[in-house]
Amino acid sequence: MTTIADQLTIERRGHAGSAARRRTNFVIFLGPAILLTVFFFVVPVIIDITVSFTDLSRSLRISEFTTEQYEKVFRTDRRLSQVIGLTFIYVFGTLAIFNVTFGLILAITTTAIRNVSGSFFRGVWLLPRMSPSVLYILLWLWAVSPTEAGLVNQVFMQAFGLDAPLDLLTSAPIALIIISNGFIGASMGMIIFTAAIRGIPEHLFHAAAVDGAGTFATIRFITLPALRWPISFVTIYQTLSLLVSFEYILLLTKGGPFYDTTVYALYVYRRAFESGQYGYGAALALFLIVIGVIVALLGWRFFDMERLLQRPRIEVH
Amino acid sequence: MAKIEFRNVVKRFGAVEVIPDMNLVIEDGEFVALLGPSGCGKSTSLFMLAGIYLPSGGELLFDGHVVNEVEARDRNVGIVFQSYALYPHMSVRDNILFPLRFKKTPRDEALTKVKAVADLVRVAELLDRRPGELSGGQQQRVALARALVKEPQLLLLDEPLSNLDASLRLSMRTEIKSLHEQLGVTTVLVTHDQIEATTMADRIICMRAGRIEQVGTPDDLYLRPSSLFVASFIGSPPINLIAGEAEGGTVTVNGVRFPVDGASGSLTMGLRPELLRFGDTGFAGRIAQIEPMGREILYVVETGMGAVRVLEQGSSAGHSPGEEVKVSFLPENSLVFETERQKLIAGAHVRAPG
Repeated sequence: MTTIADQLTIERRGHAGSAARRRTNFVIFLGPAILLTVFFFVVPVIIDITVSFTDLSRSLRISEFTTEQYEKVFRTDRRLSQVIGLTFIYVFGTLAIFNVTFGLILAITTTAIRNVSGSFFRGVWLLPRMSPSVLYILLWLWAVSPTEAGLVNQVFMQAFGLDAPLDLLTSAPIALIIISNGFIGASMGMIIFTAAIRGIPEHLFHAAAVDGAGTFATIRFITLPALRWPISFVTIYQTLSLLVSFEYILLLTKGGPFYDTTVYALYVYRRAFESGQYGYGAALALFLIVIGVIVALLGWRFFDMERLLQRPRIEVH
Repeated sequence: MAKIEFRNVVKRFGAVEVIPDMNLVIEDGEFVALLGPSGCGKSTSLFMLAGIYLPSGGELLFDGHVVNEVEARDRNVGIVFQSYALYPHMSVRDNILFPLRFKKTPRDEALTKVKAVADLVRVAELLDRRPGELSGGQQQRVALARALVKEPQLLLLDEPLSNLDASLRLSMRTEIKSLHEQLGVTTVLVTHDQIEATTMADRIICMRAGRIEQVGTPDDLYLRPSSLFVASFIGSPPINLIAGEAEGGTVTVNGVRFPVDGASGSLTMGLRPELLRFGDTGFAGRIAQIEPMGREILYVVETGMGAVRVLEQGSSAGHSPGEEVKVSFLPENSLVFETERQKLIAGAHVRAPG
């Protein structure tokens, strides 16, 4: 026979045991993720902030702590406004033309045709994303080569009777970086939108057909409203990734001619590692983080993500 | 309003033939039910009427015109889906308005129509809500309103009551039936629930494996089922089927002898539980189980021929488990089928032993 006191002891011990287990589980399951976040996110940001308040440069010696880098960012760097303007054109152009609009068109068309051909075309559009970035850009360099051997020039000169080869890298560099990034970026939207379209209950399409809706009315009234959440997500996510990625531009144009295709992230890279102004690069990078956070928050507000996140995405019938 | 005709209609999905050869006429203004177990082709037939599926062969006629190739949106049919299929991001008003958008109805007139139909199905006070904020019964009414607002020549109902709870199902049954009486629109109901079919429809088309098993009024199907399938599908609790050999005017099953008129060979006797009764004569058995069903009581009687269900009126059980009883019936209440072909032998009856 056990007394009430005994039972309480047992209960308490049981609780103590489960509390210890909970702590162990916490360390086992979240520990690796926390370590990674600290080492590769928190520590770099702290280093970045520290470096941005120094005059660290090619000599790799810190002689003084200063706010001079921030004065440069906000006052003396004349090139910065041009870089920011270009970044806006690049991000907005790639998003509006490819990552959202073209991704949407791909998703809608490949789900409307037969499944086999739909999957084939989606597979084709995934290829650029799967190929190594250097290889992908090498192909582009060959395609837009300013000689007669370039693919684009071959097409224009033989099919459309153009006299002299075009030098697209010099004459239309911004369009080139938008297209080359867009061809890769469109596939992510395509996959997410395809999944969302597949998630729409089939009866809704049947109902719309019986109610008299044609193809475009069905897209407008059934498909697009169901894609509100994925479109918001892809827009915010891709804005952020476009803001900070520059490897394709670096490989394709090296930011040139001159600074014509140097977007913000690439500008940070060029200042820090090409000119060796590590302190200034750090200050610019910190400013980019601030811009990223502001953009994310604005997007969160604009698309009302909070409300979208709280409701189930797919209506289950 | 329209008269509907299936002429040798075939439907295949790839290599699978779902409907081999369907012939059926639905009169203008009629309320018919397509009844059958799942996978019998009843929903496929309905979707062909709606234009969602195209027939693979044969002809589908509305008022004498072949509509095989007419697109869903040009058929002027209204449909209520099992899941209701309301547009989740639109208000109830916009949902009901949706079909009128494509009929180019002027906005004022369209809104008047929406108001009228919403009054008819009693959802007028819900017009500003979203489907997600409605109960199942309300969604079902909105779906009806959306189907009716364009004044369709044909109203299709695909298992409309199966997602509702029992009491709501009962009231919606009455409401849909009276709506049909008011509007007179040709209506096709698809259901696997024989009670829904018998209570609502003027005529029932009982289907099995893509073929029409029997067409008739609810009474026809109950009193004169053409086959064992229809007999076992119609009626609740299900009919008792007892198979035996007839020789010299008597069907003998495990030693129990039923005198038979008008049939011989391998026979299956069909005895409805509600038409059996306990008495001093008849076949013997022992009560194995008692299921009170409110105003009726279902007895499961263990006999030499297997378990036999007997339904008795009354709310308190007159018998107790384990009790030895005798079960009899009136000859005219018995059905006799050929076991081999599973067909009814018209006019044949059996009598209870002893």
